[in-house]
Amino acid sequence: MKLRFWGVRGSIATPGPTTVKYGGNTTCIEVTTDNGEIIILDAGTGINPLGQKLLKQLPVTAHIFITHTHWDHIQGLPFFSPIFIPGNEIKIYGGLDPVTNEGIERALGVQLQYSYFPIREAELNASVEYNTIKPGESISIGEAKITPILLSHPVLNFGYRIDCDGQSIFFTGDYEPIFNIYEPDENEYEEYQSFIDQKNQQIITAMQDVNALIIDSSYTSEEYIIKKGWGHGTYNSAIKLAKQAKAKKLFFTHHEPTRTDEQLEVIYKQQLNENPNTEFEIILAKEGHDILL
Amino acid sequence: MTAIDNEELIAFVEKMPAFPKSVQKVVQLTSDVNASAKEIVRVIESDPVMTVKILKVINSAFYGLPKKITSIQRAVVHIGLNTIKNLALSVAAMGVLNPTNKAGFNTQDFLLHSLTTASISRILAEKLGVKASECSDFFVAGLIHDFGKIVFAEFDPVNFKLALEKSAIGNSSLDSAEIEFMGINHAQAGRLLAEKWELDIQLIDAIDHHHSINNESLLKDCVFVANQISKKLQFGFAGNPIIEITPGELIPRFELSLDDLITSLGDLSNVRSEALSFINS
Repeated sequence: MKLRFWGVRGSIATPGPTTVKYGGNTTCIEVTTDNGEIIILDAGTGINPLGQKLLKQLPVTAHIFITHTHWDHIQGLPFFSPIFIPGNEIKIYGGLDPVTNEGIERALGVQLQYSYFPIREAELNASVEYNTIKPGESISIGEAKITPILLSHPVLNFGYRIDCDGQSIFFTGDYEPIFNIYEPDENEYEEYQSFIDQKNQQIITAMQDVNALIIDSSYTSEEYIIKKGWGHGTYNSAIKLAKQAKAKKLFFTHHEPTRTDEQLEVIYKQQLNENPNTEFEIILAKEGHDILL
Repeated sequence: MTAIDNEELIAFVEKMPAFPKSVQKVVQLTSDVNASAKEIVRVIESDPVMTVKILKVINSAFYGLPKKITSIQRAVVHIGLNTIKNLALSVAAMGVLNPTNKAGFNTQDFLLHSLTTASISRILAEKLGVKASECSDFFVAGLIHDFGKIVFAEFDPVNFKLALEKSAIGNSSLDSAEIEFMGINHAQAGRLLAEKWELDIQLIDAIDHHHSINNESLLKDCVFVANQISKKLQFGFAGNPIIEITPGELIPRFELSLDDLITSLGDLSNVRSEALSFINS
């Protein structure tokens, strides 16, 4: 398997001179199996340049897995050029929305409306297929096995584990480690903590021994104090998970939108200094970066 | 007797609103970006209708959870606070239960009975040494054990009124009167709905068998005993005047009579006042 980051920015695209090195596009990761199957994790604005690249190898079959339907993870879908060209097969996968009871077709349907976009869904020329999937149930694409797990974020969010060609990748989508909503001196604290511990064990099992662990690391621990509950993790929480899961490589992603390249690198160096001799490599996800596992 | 149409009943409950106080509080809390998570959990877990509706969504096969979710706290851990908030808001959007239904069933007294049974069920579980991680299940089971009654009051008020009257006049079991007038009692109706919604089997059993003790399930037995204590202490009223433990009879698991068990639990008046403070706040 190989992977390439096409979008590493959180929340909103941030083009400009201060983000040119790590990139301003929102979340999109391309995974290519040894057999050439194309698996795309999230469809933020980064999927637009990925679509441009794929135009050179038509017809394409692309499997797009959506972690959750916040804008920065779906906004690029209508700009993924292969959806307009006959002969391409676009398969979109994601979870059922618990509140509206709508399947993953909502990710595209909600955007392709006259008020927001000039082309209607009925006018897409590629074959577009929607698959509403369940946590814990694996999907097979060629040799690849993709398994979703429910992770905590303000909306329903799936983390995805991909096992293929003897290697594995886990991507969290947006993820804030669960915290106890009670204070230690409250009666409910212990019980709630036991639920959290059970859930965390499940999450670590899902990430166990992966070659590449790609985690939402939006904030520093200092920033997190006022951003607790916003649905994103920290550099420290990502490192802790990578240690527990015995991952081989850890990628920090979902870079905070106001963060400049320079600031990212300062934080990165600081993290390396504070965490010497980890058994895994720590890497800042960077747009255009190809990784051969 | 008019038999209830199960499909109609299920469809009816889908649209059934929750209690006015919790609807009002959910709207208030979901409009405040700084509202605390525990306050939201507390409001939801104080309303049997809202609680079952949220458990129904999270336990649907679509989330393929390895274990059924039996409390709102667990639901928050698995699916996130915002989703729970939005689910509660979608229940709130269905309106509010009319406090004066055509069955003449007092919904405030019903709620007080449900809430106190819930708290006492948890207290009993703690007394029996149940692990902390399971105590909220006992609360939820107590909260929703009589769910079928509020459904009857809304769905078939005419016949439910007849059943309530017969039970009150004859000082006899409401269950048999329900069977007489509706062909199904509230425990069976509760089971039917809980099964349809794929709730946890232990919860389903606790709803269905809350009128007997049999040492099979701790959850079931605690709900049964809590129900009797709540009735004995007249914490609210849910239409059934009969206490199903005879005076002096030793209650299995506790090896005490009902009166002695109540005494051993200390002052339970705060259970009632806490529930009332929620209902009336």
